Amino acid sequence: MTSFLTDLFSNFWVSLAGKLLIVALMIPLVGMVIGFAEMKLSAKMQARVGPYFAGGRWGWAQLIADGVKFFQKEDLIPAEADRPVFKLAPVLVLVSTVALLVVIPFGPDLIFRDLSVGVFFALAISSLSTIGILMAGWSSANKYSLMGGLRAAGQLIAYELPLVLAVVGAVILAETMSMAGIVEAQVSAGYPFVIFQFVGFAVFMIAALAELTRIPFDMPIAESELVMGYLTEYSGFRFLFFFLAEFANMFTLSAIAVTLFLGGWWLPGIPDDVLAYAGPLILVAKTFLLVFIMIWFRWTFPRFREDQLQSLAWKVLVPLALANIAITAVFKVVLG
Amino acid sequence: MIEAPKRSLPGMGMARGLWVTIYTMVKTIFLPGKHLATVNYPVVKETPVPRARGVIALDQEACTVCMLCARQCPDWCIYIEGHKEEKEPDKPGGRIKVRNTLDRFDIDYALCMYCGICVEVCPFDALFWSPEYEYSESNMGGMLHDMDRLQDWLLTVPENPALEK
Repeated sequence: MTSFLTDLFSNFWVSLAGKLLIVALMIPLVGMVIGFAEMKLSAKMQARVGPYFAGGRWGWAQLIADGVKFFQKEDLIPAEADRPVFKLAPVLVLVSTVALLVVIPFGPDLIFRDLSVGVFFALAISSLSTIGILMAGWSSANKYSLMGGLRAAGQLIAYELPLVLAVVGAVILAETMSMAGIVEAQVSAGYPFVIFQFVGFAVFMIAALAELTRIPFDMPIAESELVMGYLTEYSGFRFLFFFLAEFANMFTLSAIAVTLFLGGWWLPGIPDDVLAYAGPLILVAKTFLLVFIMIWFRWTFPRFREDQLQSLAWKVLVPLALANIAITAVFKVVLG
Repeated sequence: MIEAPKRSLPGMGMARGLWVTIYTMVKTIFLPGKHLATVNYPVVKETPVPRARGVIALDQEACTVCMLCARQCPDWCIYIEGHKEEKEPDKPGGRIKVRNTLDRFDIDYALCMYCGICVEVCPFDALFWSPEYEYSESNMGGMLHDMDRLQDWLLTVPENPALEK
């Protein structure tokens, strides 16, 4: 039986189909789990009850009900909208999320594709979602959408550089850009990189929050100013795409942070043969910890202004990240 | 008066904010009965305050079909029809009495904006505010409630609270 399965999955097309199936199931599942966690935790943080009735207990089926509701809605496209671009935008945002999963190592041997430039690929692909957002904002023929899209583009200038620079420290320590290689380096070093790369980790997480357009950096959506920003004209399953992409993106970016700084699938003191099976669980547990921190931040802090984000990024995060790179490089040369 | 925050270490305000949310979360999860700010509505119900503007109730006996409420209504959501009834005189040979009788008194709560002008304007105290609030319907037409329903709500009208000294 085992050999049959191995033979089956050694076939390129079968293994491709299997990987596609896993990703296709994982994105909605992760999106729903995080979305539900956000609903329930935000309720508790505000001393509310939160979802309660859907599904019989704790309201666990609330997001399934919401998804079914979105599918029933009329598919509205504004008359003045640029239809092909309007339809393509949510797909593009979701594609960037899916593509990010490719380079995340879920276990010692569990990775969709171990690219030698994995870090570079992840950072490049993650900015693709901004293009989708800009497309959504431009094609909606709505001034609120346009403002939201432009804000997202402006935000890109602020967070992209710290996001890239923050990673460099970990790459210097690991001496590789392969995501699996970075985890291997942490295993052989015996400590997660966050110990010496805490500045890099903090800068990465702040920049990731801006990338996700989540509070405190949700200026592109900014309900009180821009109705719903670039999402204003979207409804039905196209809105669902954006919704899923937001929550799945939280997962993927946190998973990248975990891989780069928190040791990925590795925990000190667990034998290798257990890690082979428990790796994905450990990675997911660490990722959900970071996701919880993101949710926690969202329900605590108010929204920044666009210029405040720019000055934070350029005056604080970029110098911090650069200093981090310089110090890391010096220590690597002196000690290594 | 709001006091200016004391100067402290940078980031302390953020840390304090994070503490407030996590502390509230833990309290609410483990002691929901004590710390919940809201109630789990259909299971637990709150008592509305006595002067809550839930729904408008009608006392059919007091109504004289004067139409003042319908004419004052900004939304034109009150529909009144009536006819005159002749009553026998009290004494033989007296004048025949004419009394207005209510045939229809509907309020379309899909239109009503709960301004309460009809209650204010009623010269015969036939309209009252009731704190009753559970009368949602699954279609818009169902929001048009007739005078029997309005009469039923009269039972939920609370006694007037005592005047303030």
